[in-house]
Amino acid sequence: MAKTVLIVDDSTSIRHVVSYTLKQAGFTVLEGANGQEGLAQLDGQKVDLIVTDLNMPVMDGIAFIQNVRSRPACKGVPVLMLTTESQDSKKQEGKAAGATGWIVKPFHPEKLLAVIARVLP
Amino acid sequence: MQTLGTATGQLSNNEQANQYLTFTLGAEEYGIEILKVQEIKGYSAITHIPNAPPHVKGVMNLRGTVIPVVDLRRKFSMELVEFNKFSVIIVVMVGEKVAGLVVDAVSDVLDIDSASVRPAPDFGSGADTRFIRGVASMGEKLVVLLDIDRLVTEEDVAAPAA
Amino acid sequence: MQVDLSRFRETFFQEAAEHLAEMETGLLRLEQGSSDPELLNSIFRAAHSIKGASGMFGLEDVARFTHALEGLLDRLRSAKIEPTPQRTDVLLEACDVLRDLLATSASGGPVPERMESALANLYIAQRAVPPPADEPLRIRTVAREVVLAHAPVYRVHFKPAPEIFIQGMDPLLLLRDLAGLGESAVADVDLTELPLLADLDPERCYLAWNVCLSTAKSTEEIRDLFAFVEDGAQIRIEAETADKAEALIPPPVAAAGLAGSREASIRVSTGKIDKLIDLVGELVIAQSMAKEVVGNFSLSRLGQLQEAVADMDRHLRELQERVMGVRMLPIGHIFGRFPRLVRDLSIQLGKEVRLQLEGEETELDKNVVEHMADPLTHLIRNAIDHGIETAEERRRNGKPGEGSIRLSASHQAGSVIIEISDDGRGLDAESIRRKAVERGLVAPTDTLSEAHLHSLIFAPGFSTAQQVSDLSGRGVGMDVVKRNVEMLNGSVSLETQPERGTTVRIKLPLTLAILDGLSLQVGSETYILPLASIIESIRPGRAQLSTMAGQGEVILVRGEALPLIRLHRLFGVPTRVVDPCRGLTVIVEHSGHRLALLVDELLGQQQVVIKSLEANYHKVEGVLGATILGNGRAALILDVAGLAQIARRASHTELVA
Repeated sequence: MAKTVLIVDDSTSIRHVVSYTLKQAGFTVLEGANGQEGLAQLDGQKVDLIVTDLNMPVMDGIAFIQNVRSRPACKGVPVLMLTTESQDSKKQEGKAAGATGWIVKPFHPEKLLAVIARVLP
Repeated sequence: MQTLGTATGQLSNNEQANQYLTFTLGAEEYGIEILKVQEIKGYSAITHIPNAPPHVKGVMNLRGTVIPVVDLRRKFSMELVEFNKFSVIIVVMVGEKVAGLVVDAVSDVLDIDSASVRPAPDFGSGADTRFIRGVASMGEKLVVLLDIDRLVTEEDVAAPAA
Repeated sequence: MQVDLSRFRETFFQEAAEHLAEMETGLLRLEQGSSDPELLNSIFRAAHSIKGASGMFGLEDVARFTHALEGLLDRLRSAKIEPTPQRTDVLLEACDVLRDLLATSASGGPVPERMESALANLYIAQRAVPPPADEPLRIRTVAREVVLAHAPVYRVHFKPAPEIFIQGMDPLLLLRDLAGLGESAVADVDLTELPLLADLDPERCYLAWNVCLSTAKSTEEIRDLFAFVEDGAQIRIEAETADKAEALIPPPVAAAGLAGSREASIRVSTGKIDKLIDLVGELVIAQSMAKEVVGNFSLSRLGQLQEAVADMDRHLRELQERVMGVRMLPIGHIFGRFPRLVRDLSIQLGKEVRLQLEGEETELDKNVVEHMADPLTHLIRNAIDHGIETAEERRRNGKPGEGSIRLSASHQAGSVIIEISDDGRGLDAESIRRKAVERGLVAPTDTLSEAHLHSLIFAPGFSTAQQVSDLSGRGVGMDVVKRNVEMLNGSVSLETQPERGTTVRIKLPLTLAILDGLSLQVGSETYILPLASIIESIRPGRAQLSTMAGQGEVILVRGEALPLIRLHRLFGVPTRVVDPCRGLTVIVEHSGHRLALLVDELLGQQQVVIKSLEANYHKVEGVLGATILGNGRAALILDVAGLAQIARRASHTELVA
């Protein structure tokens, strides 16, 4: 059965690239433009993986991750952060909030799939 | 004594999979996969083995290894002939073991592609159809293709059930 | 012989209740801080008794439960772990469960609910405290293949942060990725931090792993895998060079029985190979000289031809010897594990034993060495378990408190002699005889020679041990030792003196493959009989032939009636010699039993190379193998043990005249 991935990023182009890559690879993809929209998606369904940007309006990545981790339905779901090179402290914060790992932007779609393979059985 | 090449379980050549060594028993022609044939020997002294099934003639010395020898005529319930210096023994590999088959004479190596193989009709020749793969018509000859693994069965070379 | 044990069940339950009470009293004393060194031993013994007896009555659950109980108690009494309050609690709870379990076993009810969790706790409580950080990582035997591979070997220690699950990461995925880097071997999981079930938080990770891995990747590339989980985790990646990697291979585990882990390849010193090459060279030279003489032959050159052939003969013999030597291993190869075994066993059994090894350099065929590992282990266990007395008892009898066991190997006239000697209490002829009568092996009125008594020890199921010892629990009895030795064409015997000790003597052929035989003719067939089994050959007089009820044909030799086997009939070989008084009767012997074989004639003595019949055919009863005679024909080598077996059935078959 296809796994479901939630991509949360305020950049439409990034969402499109990620969504396209994942769909090609056989995943079902849900999207959110910010933390709040992401949570709304989670209200409705179960996901197997979450990929989220950190800098977003309305609700940023860190708050989003914290919220995700407080949800019993999301227990054990891997969360990958999209970070930029210079954002080391953000990475730490993200980990502290409960993120599983990260992907550094800009990334090649192949790399996205490779990192995802590491955290999904 | 010709060595017809050994089968190591690795087919290097697809064609070989359809090559058969044919031999005669009485008026009939039989074939076995060349990949299972190790060599062909002439007459060898056979040492009797106690309590062997009737078609196991005994064992012989194959360059220092002791292998069992099966009399195919007896196995196929055919009329028996004298085992003498004109007899031919085809040495075959059956699983991990090596055994000899006594035949009248070796004919040829033939390429028989699977399309020409038809299922065996009921011969009534005493050859148990369990070990007949099929029949191929090569020109005027009808060659009965044998399944060597079934032919030299567990019963022949494995220990009797306790 | 089926013995109905049900009448003893009542007794078992009574005794078990007593042992259980002993255990509890002991545990309470332990809890109160008793410092009695014997306390743990006595608690252990109580559990051990229940376990042993439960096995006898088929009470599987009780046996399984008490096995775990015993395991924990054993570690406590050998001071591998400390009796913490936590452990005492677990033990006391286990006693409660055991009480319930005994009750349900007696009444036929279902096992107590708490049993599985109590069982789990017993195992968890056996874990020792984690080793200090700089102790070498334990690696399982399975890693052997990897360690010997060419790629560099890494030892990776990974202890994830406890929150790893909460962070959505599954450590198994990391192990999977590690495995994908190369030829990963083994992840040895470290459970030392695993708490008792009641205290376990399922969202916390308590586990750590030690992985032995063979890969061409660099340390950095390996470390990269752990990028996401580095924080809060312990990660150590050590690279090993090939030689150090060899040192990681634990000593060979005792071969798991005859069908077990025998290697299909051997390592040979290049010196041995060089010498072989030289010999082959010399053989070729000798042969070409012979060829030359034959090519230009005249009768005057006969002497030269004879010389050339003699040369070839000499070189061939030496080649033969050396090729055999390639498969030789010093017996020290298996002796090496015994000092540790002796030490562990002595501690476990509370005895003082010293082991002396002699002749470790004695070389034997590789197969023989490997097959002897188990029998020797068993004999040593036996010596310590049943032979050597406790220090106390020894001193009471005027012996030094420390018992000694001498294990020696030596070459003697084409054989290897292995001896295991102990200075313990020896074997008591009376108790052997009693046991034999009990087992129905001898009648109460039979007089038994000492040799016969000793051979009884090798009978299956025979044991005079007072306690059912679980040391030999894997089913290796003296009869298995004997069978193993005989399978190698060897023989085993023992000498014993009450109070002085016992010596078990194993004689093995120097190589598996060569046999001194006597060739004999039956009809048109030639057979080989192992020389070692032949007592004599006779041409009996008519008066010596007889038939005994229930035994078939016999020959009377010096007052003893030996079963007569007509080989021509047994093997279905037609011959004209069917009258024992006209043919030749060979008297052979196998483990104390003698029989007579009727053959046409004896041909002569010769050394034969044993060829396997089973390799391409199958085992035939009464046949040990085959050989190729000088004339190129295959001949069967007879197995006297098998023939004796057939003789025993003789009264029921048409072998009876």
